[in-house]
Amino acid sequence: MNQEERAAGEAARSSLPVGTAPALEMRGITKRFPGTLANDHIDLEVRPGEIHALLGENGAGKTTLMNILYGLLAPDEGEILVDGERVTIRDPADAIARGIGMVHQHFMLVPVLTVTENVMLGAEVMRGPLLVDAAEAGRRIAALARQLGFDVDPHARVEQLSVGQQQRVEIVKALYRRARILVLDEPTAVLTPQETEEIFGVLRRLRDEGASIVFISHKLDEVLRIADRITVIRRGRVVGERAPSATSEQELADLMVGRAVSLRVDRGPAHPGDVVLAVGALRVLDDRRHETVRGVDLEVRRGEIVGIAGVAGNGQEELVEAIVGLRKPSGGRVTIGAHDVTGASPRAIRARGVGYVPADRQRYGLVLSFPLGDNCVLTDYYRPPYARGAVRDDEAIRSRAASLIEEFDVRTTGPRALASTLSGGNQQKLVVAREFGGDDLLILDQPTRGIDVGSTEFIHRRAIAQRDAGTAVLLISADLDEVLELSDRILVIHRGRIVAEFDAATAERERIGLLMARGEAA
Amino acid sequence: MIAAVRARAAAWWRVARLPVLAIVLALVIAAGIIVLSSVYTGLGFFPLLPLYAYGNLAAGAFGSAVAINNTLVAAAPLMLGGLAIGLGFRAGLFNIGVAGQFLAGAFAAAVVGSSLAGAPPLLAVPAALLAGGLAGTVLGFVPGFLKARTGAHEVVTTIMLNNATALLLAWAVSDLVRAPGFTFPRTGDIGSAALPVLLGRNLHLGIPLAFAAVFAIRFLLDRTTLGFEIRTVGANPNAARYAGIPPLVIVPLTMSLSGLLAGLAGSVQMLGVIGFYASGISASVGFDSIAVALLGRSDPIGIMFAAILFGAFRAGAPLMQITTSVPVEIIDIIQALIILFLAADLIVRRVFRVRGPRLEVEGAQTVTRTWGKESVA
Repeated sequence: MNQEERAAGEAARSSLPVGTAPALEMRGITKRFPGTLANDHIDLEVRPGEIHALLGENGAGKTTLMNILYGLLAPDEGEILVDGERVTIRDPADAIARGIGMVHQHFMLVPVLTVTENVMLGAEVMRGPLLVDAAEAGRRIAALARQLGFDVDPHARVEQLSVGQQQRVEIVKALYRRARILVLDEPTAVLTPQETEEIFGVLRRLRDEGASIVFISHKLDEVLRIADRITVIRRGRVVGERAPSATSEQELADLMVGRAVSLRVDRGPAHPGDVVLAVGALRVLDDRRHETVRGVDLEVRRGEIVGIAGVAGNGQEELVEAIVGLRKPSGGRVTIGAHDVTGASPRAIRARGVGYVPADRQRYGLVLSFPLGDNCVLTDYYRPPYARGAVRDDEAIRSRAASLIEEFDVRTTGPRALASTLSGGNQQKLVVAREFGGDDLLILDQPTRGIDVGSTEFIHRRAIAQRDAGTAVLLISADLDEVLELSDRILVIHRGRIVAEFDAATAERERIGLLMARGEAA
Repeated sequence: MIAAVRARAAAWWRVARLPVLAIVLALVIAAGIIVLSSVYTGLGFFPLLPLYAYGNLAAGAFGSAVAINNTLVAAAPLMLGGLAIGLGFRAGLFNIGVAGQFLAGAFAAAVVGSSLAGAPPLLAVPAALLAGGLAGTVLGFVPGFLKARTGAHEVVTTIMLNNATALLLAWAVSDLVRAPGFTFPRTGDIGSAALPVLLGRNLHLGIPLAFAAVFAIRFLLDRTTLGFEIRTVGANPNAARYAGIPPLVIVPLTMSLSGLLAGLAGSVQMLGVIGFYASGISASVGFDSIAVALLGRSDPIGIMFAAILFGAFRAGAPLMQITTSVPVEIIDIIQALIILFLAADLIVRRVFRVRGPRLEVEGAQTVTRTWGKESVA
């Protein structure tokens, strides 16, 4: 974060009128769930015309607090004040009536309906008692979008919009219901860097017009850039309130995690051995039968981490799927050790000692409705000791789960808890726990996307330990910083081709950034 | 000790409360309908009629050894059919073809049974039972295979197969296997292939067989690797592929197993009750099985209780009609209401103030999840 931006944030804050009542105040909010205290006497105060960041690790209680504010959960103790007046919020309708709007992490839109239909759903403009005046609603929505500087077609179907555009629809939806207090739950988790910048612009504009914004995040740099004030919570308690000008990434990280965190990974030099994974002239088609991997050659050796840097959508997904057997290549070869595994089944490839952390843990990595025990053996449930013949051994499965939970510090009530009850970071730790350990080849696809600093630090350290134990590690990440930090060698992928290779010691960030964007550094 | 029992009871009630409350609510509303209908009978307006009707319904279903036998005989095919539907649900498949598979099973059992009518029962009974199961298996495999290979939705293909099966069997019984000496097309008598009666007048071997199937399917789903694969494909097909479980194998296999159970339902009904195949025998078991599986929440033990309940309705209704002149059709209304309240469980939650999980997504049965979307392959 640069000096100018910080100064701008200062100026915005000091220009606030002194002595006005807070737009929103939550006092002593406590919420207990069986086995956990999700919110422990949390106080939060948001002023008019302020972007207030709520910073905390996954599972710290941020979302619980906001669900209480929005009437989705009832607090066990505590009170909520809007504009200095005590209110009771029983359900989202109450919240909306009080001018509170919420943009959830997972969007609450109906994909097959148009933007207009989604926005007015439940707040329809009527013409007479029976007819919906869609044209009028469309005009109002278009005007609102123009005012915000959004480029959203009110007649487009939501399923045709990009994720960033869908998020703007959510914001329009809240403002259409006259929200003055806007809560955004991890709004940037799903956005590209450009989309993030755009949404920040919108939030600043809304703030300048007097709206109050609660910005939930665990991303330190973003919080420092956008927020006027930052409240940090850890394990259900407020552990500090800071102004961005008076703090640092390091201090916030330590507050969040509750101990000194190293934001940089310590690692010794790599000692590469034999080639484990060799990919030659690989070609892969995507679902629409476009060739998205167009002749990739790469090698990963024992004891090294090879990182693939690239803007999302340049063939990384198809490349990984072809290596692990989820997608048949249209040409080329994949060998693991001495074995040609081109086009082999996922199970046959795993049997060669391959661990794979998929990019989307909820879609591929876990069965959310199953207990942790079943998820811990998802990929080797059929092998002893987890099964004897065709019969599963529940005791062996449970003890395996218990030891992984212990070793990887997964925060849960035990092996019988459902995977859906875990926070995102703990879900990822569970997948990592299952896939790490004793393998010849480890493929990490976006291993820390959407998870907090504590878990990220943990996963990075385990990845390096795995390398040092002699595993070949292939890392794919849209986060260039992660690639730079972990990799011993860096490959840049652009439009399905590897366009450059760097040794980690000599890699320059700017050069790689240019190669990612254009495919050439000139 | 007592705490443990109480915890188990609480856990059981969490699972069972919605089906149980749906049944209660359906009986209450049907009682209103019975009262209203009493106006048009010779009795005149008679508010206590539902009590008499339900009393006689219960007496007809459980009031004597004969009544209990009748209930169990009616429950057996529903239990097998309910398991067929429920097993499919667990893999994310909706096998509406149970009706056709039931008919095919009944037909095959009748044909093999009548051709072995003079053979020793030790040979004839298993052969006829298996023939029915096999016919159902084949009819289940076809839509499963089509789904795995081409993505054709099983709801569409099984409905079409139901019609094709019914018409093919009508042709077969009138032209291919028609027994001589009858005025209408039918197969010969099953003779020694009839299921042995174990108790009373009609408690046949098919009843312990159905109960055994409940526990076999429960073991399969909860304890075996195949059951884990079926449940994983049903809960998250992407994760299944990731884990190396091939939906290409699991989908046809599950549909075949489902067809096997439906076919066995047909052969049990044929060899235990009907005795010969004639065009137009009722395939209502196929559709009642869907209700049984929904009421049992796709859990084998739940299906067992649901089948006994529906069997009791069928077995008890005649006594109710004879003694109180409330028509047996009220049973169809009760069953329909139960399904309605299960599908729209919000009604039950409101009426009985059941606090549901508001934020977490419950283990919902997404019956038609793959409708019109992707193929599993």
